Amino acid sequence: MTTAEKYVTAAYCAVFAVVLVYVVLIALKLHRLEREVGELERRRPVEQAAEDERGTVGVG
Amino acid sequence: MNVVGRSYRIPLPALAAASLVLVTTALAMAFYVVPNDADQGFSQRVFYFHVPIAFTAYACFAGGAWKAFRHLWKRDPNADLESYVAVHQGLIFGSLVLITGSIWAKISWGHWWLWSEDQLVLFLVLFLFYSAYFMLRFSVDPGPQRANLSAVYALFGVVLIPVSFLAIRIAKHFIHPIVFTSNVSSNLPGWMLVTYCVAQAALLVLAYTLYRVELSGKWLDARLRELRAA
Repeated sequence: MTTAEKYVTAAYCAVFAVVLVYVVLIALKLHRLEREVGELERRRPVEQAAEDERGTVGVG
Repeated sequence: MNVVGRSYRIPLPALAAASLVLVTTALAMAFYVVPNDADQGFSQRVFYFHVPIAFTAYACFAGGAWKAFRHLWKRDPNADLESYVAVHQGLIFGSLVLITGSIWAKISWGHWWLWSEDQLVLFLVLFLFYSAYFMLRFSVDPGPQRANLSAVYALFGVVLIPVSFLAIRIAKHFIHPIVFTSNVSSNLPGWMLVTYCVAQAALLVLAYTLYRVELSGKWLDARLRELRAA
């Protein structure tokens, strides 16, 4: 491999690495957001039931 | 703030598939189809990605400025976030321009960077200007004031794009190669031009795909904040 070939390969590898790191970071963030949405959805019926219960006690 | 997002005609998986196909085709053409350049030899192959990445970075910054303009003019509720994501994409592609350009400079000039070259310094100025966009944005609390300040700053930066682009053409030393000129005979011939066009399309589609992915994440994040606040 000549010096020029090494440098050209390094340039393309750098592009690939930066795009890969960016995609991995975005994927991790989306995964975290999906998990948080799931937690919020799970928590919502519990909080709703607690609010309903409070409302019933207040009226009674 | 009510963040609802925007619906798009092209679905994200189709864009991702198109990016993959185009980038793979461009890489294959750059390494296996085009002949070595008569003047620069093998190192000229850096340009099949370096130049399209530079134009993509300019397009991202211009897109960010356009969205900033839309925010200020039409008060489009999605424009601020779209402008921010476009500028972010521009910075990612801008960093790739600096990396690939430096590698090419090392092969051809024997230096990673030359401060005496206006075109290099001007691109760095553009890059640093938009890097400071994030310092400004995150130094102000979320809300209309932050959106307005960010939009004005992104609009100012767009002036640097033609300056940076023209600097390569009006530079006194002409060390930095010019890929396209008004003289048709000195432009890229045959397969070189086809490869360049495929690479340019690949990078633009890739940037747009990443923009859409990041934007959907930002909308989801904003929606979550709203739900938590409620």
